[in-house]
Amino acid sequence: MTEFTAATVYDLPPADLVLGDRVAGRMYTDPAIFDQERTKIFERSWIWVAHESELPKAGSFKSTHVGRHPVIVTKDRKGEIRTLVNRCRHRGASLCEKKTGHANGFTCPYHAWSYGLDGKLRGIPYPDGYEGVMDKADLGLKTLRTESYGGMIFATVDADAEPLADFLGDVKLWIDRFMAQGGGYPVKVLGTHRFTYRGNWKIQLENTTDGYHFPIVHRSWMASVDAETAEMMSFMTDPTAVTHDLGNGHSVMQMVPEHSDLEADDGSEPLQPRFDGLVAQLEAAGADEAEIRRLVRAVHGTGFNLNLFPNVSMSISFFRVLRPISVDETVIEHVALGSDGPAEIVGPVNRERLRAHEHFQGPFGFGTPDDSEGWDRVQRGAQGAPELPIMVNRGLGREKPSAEGWPTSHVTDETGMRAAYAQWKRMMSDD
Amino acid sequence: MTETLTDPRVVRAIELAWREAALLDAKEYEAWQGLYADDARYVIPIERDAEDFDDVLNMVHDDARMRGLRVRRMTEGYAIAAVDSAITVRTVSRFIPTDVDDRSVTLKAAQIIVAYKRGRHDLWAADVDYVVRLGASGDEDRFARKVVRLVNADEAVPAAGFLL
Repeated sequence: MTEFTAATVYDLPPADLVLGDRVAGRMYTDPAIFDQERTKIFERSWIWVAHESELPKAGSFKSTHVGRHPVIVTKDRKGEIRTLVNRCRHRGASLCEKKTGHANGFTCPYHAWSYGLDGKLRGIPYPDGYEGVMDKADLGLKTLRTESYGGMIFATVDADAEPLADFLGDVKLWIDRFMAQGGGYPVKVLGTHRFTYRGNWKIQLENTTDGYHFPIVHRSWMASVDAETAEMMSFMTDPTAVTHDLGNGHSVMQMVPEHSDLEADDGSEPLQPRFDGLVAQLEAAGADEAEIRRLVRAVHGTGFNLNLFPNVSMSISFFRVLRPISVDETVIEHVALGSDGPAEIVGPVNRERLRAHEHFQGPFGFGTPDDSEGWDRVQRGAQGAPELPIMVNRGLGREKPSAEGWPTSHVTDETGMRAAYAQWKRMMSDD
Repeated sequence: MTETLTDPRVVRAIELAWREAALLDAKEYEAWQGLYADDARYVIPIERDAEDFDDVLNMVHDDARMRGLRVRRMTEGYAIAAVDSAITVRTVSRFIPTDVDDRSVTLKAAQIIVAYKRGRHDLWAADVDYVVRLGASGDEDRFARKVVRLVNADEAVPAAGFLL
């Protein structure tokens, strides 16, 4: 294994910057590495683009990005979900600048070439100039491979990528568990916070399964919540709180193991008194005791953070989506989730979930700005002393396979980061 | 009736908005909290045209309890974003009084904040709606509502360690 030193660190190929227990700070700061990542990782992996609730009916669309490509995710007339590159085939103008909405198709504002929801070219104004020059059938929007699992929709630029189900592998079980927080109803996107930080995207990728930072960075949030919630999140010394490496760069950090599977409820855990008002509203709406228990236990979300390489995590009760902008700037979306059911039942539940999301997430939340400050600091500090590694060795000595065969260590250990960097190394080595 | 900026009741509401701006720039959050009525809402929505904030996601949606917790977070010294927050200078202007009586004044305004941190200036531009409840004297005037509608509310903004 090649070691990096001050003399060699700027000359080594990117894959040599990842050792098993440490990585080089140059991975956060080198624009050339960032360019390669966009090609080798973000344009070869399955990239999360939407949740199915964001595309509720035929004509629904959402704009986002896959690697460098601006894309529109659409539901067409037949209910098929497609990912279309947001670029007119004529002269390259973007077709859609709205984040979400409903449309019959997309018309370029420049020369009015119009496309269907399936990306097919429908109309060209004054078509006589094109006679014998081209065939409309060849000029549909470029379409990316799109597959979904458990309501999570992914797209890839790589036509030869392995099937999504294979890429997710053991993650599928955890997606199923995550979606149980609908409390018997489907999970629905309620709204999205967007913010930027001045740091490399991998700093956030690491953070989602970094239990070690939680009581330090989020001390002010812990002080602002009720005692039961604080107790639930005090996992630092709980030996049953663990992190698993699920393969392909994915990992899961179980902070509240007893809430890993919300369907497994023996009835022994009392509902928190802070939800008495919510329980009363649900009773008034006619929900029975079992349904109330299922919904209220799920208000906090699941007891784990599931990190999917490279751009989305399913973090307790919300999705965290990252988009690299440049080597030292990243946009994060925090997507609030709730239940999709009858208004009289899910209304009060979703209001509770929205307020909890606002409390921690968002540019003015009680948690996110502190995370963001930490990430900015990593980016600033990592410029110094390039021979010094970024250390991801915590818990290496106590990492063991779980019964399922997943490399596993304590929740405060850096198992998830090692999983992500092993995948990064594989993909960056691949020509 | 056409409301005017020289109406003494409107002048008091504007003075309260300016007092708040000075307190926030000085990071005097305890005093800032005292400018709000107990039943007041302080909101930064994501949807610029939102009026009912309960069933949508907001950046900030604070009642008295949440304002109290927020002030504690900003002042207790444990929140790294607050301890090392940007220096801000804000201007509140372009006031338009829309509803004035002896009990309250409703104002619309423009707010520009320049936030400086580590060699970089971030610009925060917003329309602001105020409802000011008039007391027996200017010292007893309180905000009943403040809604900060950022021009880029639904885009990515920097995570912030100060208040708007």
